[in-house]
Amino acid sequence: MASHLPPRPTAQQNQADAGGMAVDEHHHYGPRGLKRWLLTTNHKEIGTLYLIFSLTMFFIGGIFAMVVRAELFQPGLQLVEPEFFNQMTTMHGLIMVFGAVMPAFVGLANWMVPLQIGAPDMALPRLNNFSFWLLPVAFALLLSTLVMPGGAPNFGWTFYAPLSTTYAPPSTTFFIFSLHLAGISSILGAINIIATILNLRAPGMRMMDMPLFVWTWLITAFLLIAVMPVLAGVITMMLLDINFGTSFFNAAGGGDPVLFQHLFWFFGHPEVYIMILPAFGIVSVIIPTFARKRLFGYASMVYATASIAILSFLVWAHHMFVVGLPLVAELFFMYSTMLIAVPTGVKVFNWITTLFRGSLTFEPPMLFALAFVVLFTIGGFSGLMLAISPADFQYHDTYFVVAHFHYVLVPGAVFAIMAAVYYWLPKWTGHYPHTRLSQWHFWLSVIGVNLTFFPMHFAGLAGMPRRIPDYALQFADFNMVTSIGAFIFGASQLLFVVVVVLCVRGGEKAPAKAWDGAEDLEWTVPSPAPLHTFETPPHFEPHRH
Amino acid sequence: MRKRIVRTAGLVACSGLSGSVLANGWNMPVGVTDVSREIHSLHMIIFWICVVIGIVVFGAMFYSLFRYRRSRGAKAANFHEHTTVEVIWTLIPILILVAMAIPATATLKTMYDASEADLDVMITGQQWRWRYSYLGEEVAFTSNMATSRSQVSGESAKGENYLLEVDEPLVLPVDRKVRLLMTSDDVIHSWWVPDLAVKQDAVPGFVNENWVRINEPGIYRGQCAELCGRDHAFMPVVVEAVEPERFDAWLAERKEAAAQEALGVDREWELDELMERGEQVYSSICASCHQPDGSGSPPAFPALAGNQAILDDPDYHIDTVVNGVSGTAMPAFRSTLNPVELAAVITYERNAWGNETGDAIQPADIAELLDDE
Repeated sequence: MASHLPPRPTAQQNQADAGGMAVDEHHHYGPRGLKRWLLTTNHKEIGTLYLIFSLTMFFIGGIFAMVVRAELFQPGLQLVEPEFFNQMTTMHGLIMVFGAVMPAFVGLANWMVPLQIGAPDMALPRLNNFSFWLLPVAFALLLSTLVMPGGAPNFGWTFYAPLSTTYAPPSTTFFIFSLHLAGISSILGAINIIATILNLRAPGMRMMDMPLFVWTWLITAFLLIAVMPVLAGVITMMLLDINFGTSFFNAAGGGDPVLFQHLFWFFGHPEVYIMILPAFGIVSVIIPTFARKRLFGYASMVYATASIAILSFLVWAHHMFVVGLPLVAELFFMYSTMLIAVPTGVKVFNWITTLFRGSLTFEPPMLFALAFVVLFTIGGFSGLMLAISPADFQYHDTYFVVAHFHYVLVPGAVFAIMAAVYYWLPKWTGHYPHTRLSQWHFWLSVIGVNLTFFPMHFAGLAGMPRRIPDYALQFADFNMVTSIGAFIFGASQLLFVVVVVLCVRGGEKAPAKAWDGAEDLEWTVPSPAPLHTFETPPHFEPHRH
Repeated sequence: MRKRIVRTAGLVACSGLSGSVLANGWNMPVGVTDVSREIHSLHMIIFWICVVIGIVVFGAMFYSLFRYRRSRGAKAANFHEHTTVEVIWTLIPILILVAMAIPATATLKTMYDASEADLDVMITGQQWRWRYSYLGEEVAFTSNMATSRSQVSGESAKGENYLLEVDEPLVLPVDRKVRLLMTSDDVIHSWWVPDLAVKQDAVPGFVNENWVRINEPGIYRGQCAELCGRDHAFMPVVVEAVEPERFDAWLAERKEAAAQEALGVDREWELDELMERGEQVYSSICASCHQPDGSGSPPAFPALAGNQAILDDPDYHIDTVVNGVSGTAMPAFRSTLNPVELAAVITYERNAWGNETGDAIQPADIAELLDDE
């Protein structure tokens, strides 16, 4: 089998220093137990590690959210002090963004990009191992700040200076280091994904033949490489301000606190698309499968994704409409932000047209994908409202914003990740997920998510600012409903774990092509996918797109 | 002008639809300024646009979901491209957006025109209170949350304006254009009153500008909108809008009181009077960080009770309060407090909670110090 591949440098090296153990490149060799996972260079094992890590972080970040919602269940301070509340909101945001959503997409890319393009593995397998193992270190460090004197970061996941510099707890330096590590992990992962997609496609697969999940990840990876260094720069400036007496963000020393926000959001806005573009890809793969009909407007989907990515660099200051921007800047960023609605709208119209005159069934992945389309669109509507700069003077920093970004992140990104897990579990484990339990998980999640986040729109419009541990009495009803919804949503995710564990351990056997409408290359390999696949590149027939 | 009236009328008619659908307390307030009305109209227009698009899009989607189920025998069609359709559904949203951008641009221009104001008020954010200063009028005061901590902790019943009440509201005249200048002494805050549709960040080292012309007398409540640390939730804004004549009378009264206090600088003050005044200042300014009993919350906020560094060296103590400590959360109070308040609060800190130095710091000495520097 291996003779079909070009000679690998590793094989040469192994022959050169073949001392003690007889090492060869044959895939049966490998350490067992913990070392197997520490040293693995296999894309499927690393993908699994990423996904398990992400799920763990999802629950840790979720517990922080439950603390927040328990405190906000009714007015007054009942459970936690404001200092700790601020640590909870901050850590919830940081863990969910950098620890749960981003690694989940990287895990899915690790598993599925090589399988979807017919590649034997990622292009840079050892780098792949390193990218993953940076993450547990980074997040162990970040979580350890909770027990440090002065507490964990308490300045919000956007860590605006000077609250995060001059006025920050001593643990902020650890926070900066952990974010550096997570950033390096993301950059290395992105380089790997780009190298894989550009170099290792099956013979005959052109760029415009790639499944949309691969396309959206290619574009996402470029976004990551472009903006993670900006994040690294801005947190390094914070580090210097805190520890080395500089004044980048300290007005008393000639610096500018608003500079921080420009730099942060130049990273931060592409970052929010980093968390949604792969979700678009997942949904664009799942909907055609269960509609048994080709994706409508494949090319326009690719162009729309690219347009959104380019526009993402031109809209950052819409997060800053009330910091005192000049009028022309307000107008520029309002217009550019409104423009994003156009390619996003094209995507939604294409998905719906794919459904139109299809032959629809509603297996669990499809349920999540359809909920994604509806609820993400609702998040898109509130995004369009927020783009209207004069109105944003009322919306800004209220629960309306919290409702908006949770709609695009939870029933958006997170539902897409769950759809992907349900979709590809048969390929990963060889078993179908338990249908009835999956449906329970879906419906409880949908009800919980809407109960949680829809009332937040009203609370925000009525005047409730975000990031407060206590609130005026007129917001009490909304907050109680939100908290109940959050508890339902949080608890129902335990069901998700049950479904996944049951599916790993057994269940109805899945054939290679687990879903009858599925067409991409991953469905040509057995279920469960063996550790090594496509050692001989498959021949790709460009008939679909 | 005529066009503007027509446009405004259109906006108001459109927003009128909303009144019955969304009762108060669920929706953005219409507010009491022309700008707030325009913003509310923009909000309602874009909302209804979204509702209509949503009905069309979700209608098509749910129609497909019911009509083309395999369980009903649906066979998949085989189309997957249609350039004309794609162009149409790219262009229509662009046209809608352009139509939306036009009134939004006009409103934004109005909001940015702070020229020809009748009155300038400087608003300074401090952890965790607002300081208002009527520029050119020598009237300035701080505005602290008036809700008691026992209401927050649940030991006593919560009042009607829980968390949204202050000891001294910002008093403004109706029907006059007031320019609001915002800055901060420490971190970024954001001054927000929904009924006035004014939300503007108060950024340390920079001055932001906004303006308001209130149409109706009344009390309007809001709060800090930008996370500013521990007591971010406890930093309300209350604006009392009064008739211009009442405002002028109020301002004259406050100027008189300020002048009286300035006279007090020159006389000798007794320890008891300083302690009494000092306790007021301490509880409204210092207690939020250093705690009412002077115990502080180390490491960020040192204890003052039994703090030998300040007790042994009065000059160091005075310098810390007057000039702040660079690189820490301790701000300079030289421009926030007057010499009487500075002397009183320093005296209080040197004699309260078992700190029995017996020192009575004289306002005249502080005034001299401020003049020298």
